[in-house]
Formats: sequence, C-alpha cells, structure tokens
Amino acid sequence: MQENAAINRYKSEVKNLSFYYGTFNALKNIDMVLHDKKITALIGPSGCGKSTFLRCYNRMHDLYPGNRYEGDIVLYPDNVNILSPKVDPIEVRMRISMVFQKPNPFPKSIYENVAYGLRVRGIKQRAILDEKIEDALRNAALWNEVKDRLNHLAFNLSGGQQQRLCIARALATNPEILLFDEPTSALDPIATASIEELIADLKDKVTILIVTHNMQQAARVSDYTAFMYLGELIEFGETDDIFIKPKNKQTEDYITGRFG
Amino acid sequence: MKFIKNKSGFLDRTKGANELIDLRKTISNHKRWDLLFMITGIIALMIAILTFIALFAQMLIDGMPRLSWDFFTSFPSRRPESAGILSAWVGTTLVMLVTAVSAVPLGVGAGVYLEEYAPKNLFTEIIEINVTNLAGVPSIIYGLLALGLFVYQLGFGQSILAAGMALALLILPVVIVATREAIRSIPIAIREGAYALGATKWQTVSDHLLPYSSAGILTGIIIGLARAIGETAPIITIGALTFIAFLPPSPVTNEFPFISFEWLTAPFTVMPIQMFNWVSRPEEAFQLNAAAAGLVLVVMTLTMNGLAIYLRYRMRKNIKW
Repeated sequence: MQENAAINRYKSEVKNLSFYYGTFNALKNIDMVLHDKKITALIGPSGCGKSTFLRCYNRMHDLYPGNRYEGDIVLYPDNVNILSPKVDPIEVRMRISMVFQKPNPFPKSIYENVAYGLRVRGIKQRAILDEKIEDALRNAALWNEVKDRLNHLAFNLSGGQQQRLCIARALATNPEILLFDEPTSALDPIATASIEELIADLKDKVTILIVTHNMQQAARVSDYTAFMYLGELIEFGETDDIFIKPKNKQTEDYITGRFG
Repeated sequence: MKFIKNKSGFLDRTKGANELIDLRKTISNHKRWDLLFMITGIIALMIAILTFIALFAQMLIDGMPRLSWDFFTSFPSRRPESAGILSAWVGTTLVMLVTAVSAVPLGVGAGVYLEEYAPKNLFTEIIEINVTNLAGVPSIIYGLLALGLFVYQLGFGQSILAAGMALALLILPVVIVATREAIRSIPIAIREGAYALGATKWQTVSDHLLPYSSAGILTGIIIGLARAIGETAPIITIGALTFIAFLPPSPVTNEFPFISFEWLTAPFTVMPIQMFNWVSRPEEAFQLNAAAAGLVLVVMTLTMNGLAIYLRYRMRKNIKW
C-alpha cells in the first residue's frame, strides 16, 4: 500500500547514497526523494557536493577512474536501482538527460545538435527527426528564433540561446528526469530570467533536479529544496518551508546569508 | 624623501633630486641588458634565417636554369644536360603514398586509443613516454629495422612498399602525438555532453572527437610527411637504387580489375637519393642538376607545410572553444 503511494508521488528515491572520489568521501549517506513532475533544487556552498550528487543521477562519474558509489538511487515506476553495476550507465543516460553549467553545444548545426540524442537512439528517418526536433525546440522556447536557420552553426547563437539549445537537445529524447547543473551561472540576468521561466514551464512534462548557486533562483523556480553542506544533506522539504521556516540552524544561517 | 603640498592642497610625495638621479641611472643600467639581449636575439635569428636564405638563393641561382618541363619528364642520364628527375619524383610520390596509407590509420588509431580508451596504469604510462622518445630515434635506426624486418623477414625486397613502411615507422610518433594533442584540446564539456546524451565511447570518438580534432590531426600528418619526404638515410639503408631509368608498373591498367599493385614491389629511387647521386659526380653540370632537384624538393616540403597551416586555419574557423 505504502509502495503504491510512493510510486504515484515519487519519480525517484535516493537511499543511503555515499560517493567517493578515490578515498575522498564526497557524499555521505544521503536520503532523499524526487517528486514526480516537480522541480527539486539543490543548494549549498561551493564544494558541498551538489554537483557530485547531480552527476550520480546520470552515472557521469563512471567516465573517470577511481570513483565509487554506495547506496541506491531507485527510479520509479520500474523500481530499478540506477547505481547498480548491472545497469548500463548508457541506459541510465538515455533515460535521464543533463544540461551543463556552461552551454556546451557541439560545433555542428543547430539541427544536428538537437538530433544527436535521437541519432544515438537509432532514429534515422528524416520526417521523425524533423518533427521531434521542432517539438524540442518549441519546448525550449527557441523555435521561433532559429526556425529559419536550422543549418547554421550553433556557435553563432548567443549564450542564452546556446543554453536553450542544450535544453532542447536534452528534451528531444523525452527524458524521465532532466538534470540542470547551475544552468545560468554563465549567463547574463536577462538570459537567466528566460531560462528560469523555461524551467518552470517544463515541469508539466518532466521531473527536474537543479543545482543552483543562487538561492533566489531556488526560491523562484523550485517546489522542493535540499540544502547540502560538506557532503551531507542537511535539510530537505518544500521550498516554502525551507526558505520561510527552516528547521535546521545551518540551513537558516545559509539562506539568510550568514555563511556560504 | 619630502612631502610637499601641491596647489590643490593635497600632500604630494616627491623624491629628492639626488635620489631621482640615482634611480634613473639604475633604470638605464638595467635597460642596457634589454638592448644587449635584443641584439643577441636578432643576431641569432639572422644566423638561422640568412643561412637558409643563402642556401636557397644559391640553389635557386644554380638550379633555376635547369628547371624545365624536360627536367621533370626525363630519366637520369650520363649526359647531364638531358638528365631529369622523372624516376625520382614518381618514386617519392609513390613512397609517400605508402607512408601515408600505413602511418595514418596506425598513428590515429594508436593516438585515439591512448587518449580515450587506455586505462591509466604503469604499462600505458611506459608506452606513452616511449612514443614520445621514438620521435627522437635517429632515422637510420628505422632504416636498419626496416631492412631486417620488411626487406628480409617479410620478404618485401628493396621495394617501394618496404621504403614507404620504413618512413611510416619514422613518422608514426609524430602522428600519434599530434592526434593525442588534438583530441586533448577538445573541452571536457563537449565530451561529457556527448556521453550525457547516451553516446558510447566509440560514438563519442567517431561523431565528435575525431571530426573536431581533424584539423590538428591533419596538420600532424602533413608535417610528418614533410619530414619523411626529405629522409635519405633509411631509404639508402634498405637499398634504394641510385640510378634508375625506368618507372614502376602503372597502378592503373587496361585490363580488369584496372588497378594493379605491382608497383609496390618495384625497385625505385627518391628525390634526395637522386640529388645525392648527382652531388657525388665530378662534373660541374651534375651539380647544377642536384641544385635543381633540391629546389623541387624544398618547394615540395614548403608547399606541404603551407598546406598544413592553411588547413588548420580553415578548419578551426568554425570551431572556437
């Protein structure tokens, strides 16, 4: 009965997650949930492990030697532990997309950038590609700006447009969870506002986990907030509760700007 | 040091007159070293450049009158005025073809493996260090290796195939190092972007890393070939002929399947050997032939280097990290 409730409400559950870079213990016994079709923000001072935690979700750490996970990240509804060595990290990355800190379009055309995720999934028919690419660009609020120049190089776009292109690229494959790693830290305030608006619009379609350095951003866009410090999850709850009446002294000190 | 109030009433710190003179003297003393180094530098640079210009000019003056269409279409001859470099430039072209075809896949493959696939352990580290060291091995050593391995052990004989592969060994380290450096210059964010979309290692390499580093790799290949084109020692070691008055069999034939690989096993000569042959003749007229052949060789090398620079410029124009 309880399981069923969890399946309905949660997209994912993190159980006793620890992570090691070699011998360095970067994440310590984290327990948390991701609510389905909601935005969850990770906040905390530099080096607290927010990005490390985010990158566990798409097994990015597998790319480098000497990294080790402990504990589970369970994905619902199929109840699979994506950290299990039996699960192929490529399969995890096909289900969970990521948008990086700095816009990182490939030095290819706008079209090919969005198409790449579809191509690695074996989609070759032009008609299907065209349709999915248009959908993704529309969802990323970029279609109107680029529809006449899909064959232009992505590098010719502005920083904010490039980041929206990266969001479109991540959305094109219809991911179950979308990860954002400080997506606006390299952008100016106007581009930041448009990305924030976009993220808020996307939550009807996909579960979102966002790392942010900017507490106002977390307060503006997220439904749930997790505060991390020194590799530990200090407090997790609804964003309003965390920002208005935090239970933990450290959380309160951080959000009121007394440290961090 | 004194403090003086200036017109607007602010405190102004001025140095005493004597102190200022001392300071200027110290500065001008120091600047003398600047000047000295600049002059030394210019002299050093001039020695390098003027030597090359003088050599090139001498070659130009001697060889230019000999350069004609006939020079390129005639075989070497006992009579200097009718001798040409036909067999030499054809030989060089074919040897370079073999070198490129064997060194490029091996070098690029090894570079990609070392950079992207190889686990980081003592074994790969030793390999990495040695790849760089191989670039410094004297070329005659490669000639001896090729003589033993290709000419005798594998039975290629004193052929274009053996020479091309000897030179391929020689430039392999250059290609490997260029490949690795070109791949390493691609930002991690691009690599991670590809992996994050679910690409496998090979998809990341073939769809992203290789295309984005192709300018750097190509530059490395051309610079390697430009080095190989002037190599003489390894080619002499494996026994190229110094006087040859026929061409290898044509790669294109009239009969099915229209392509023939007989030329691979043919005896041959190359440009630097032809030059060496002519230089060692007593007759003055042959020296002029050597100068003309040298001119052609230098122009070939410079053209290849120019091509490398142009390609790098063209292909990097669209890629700025």
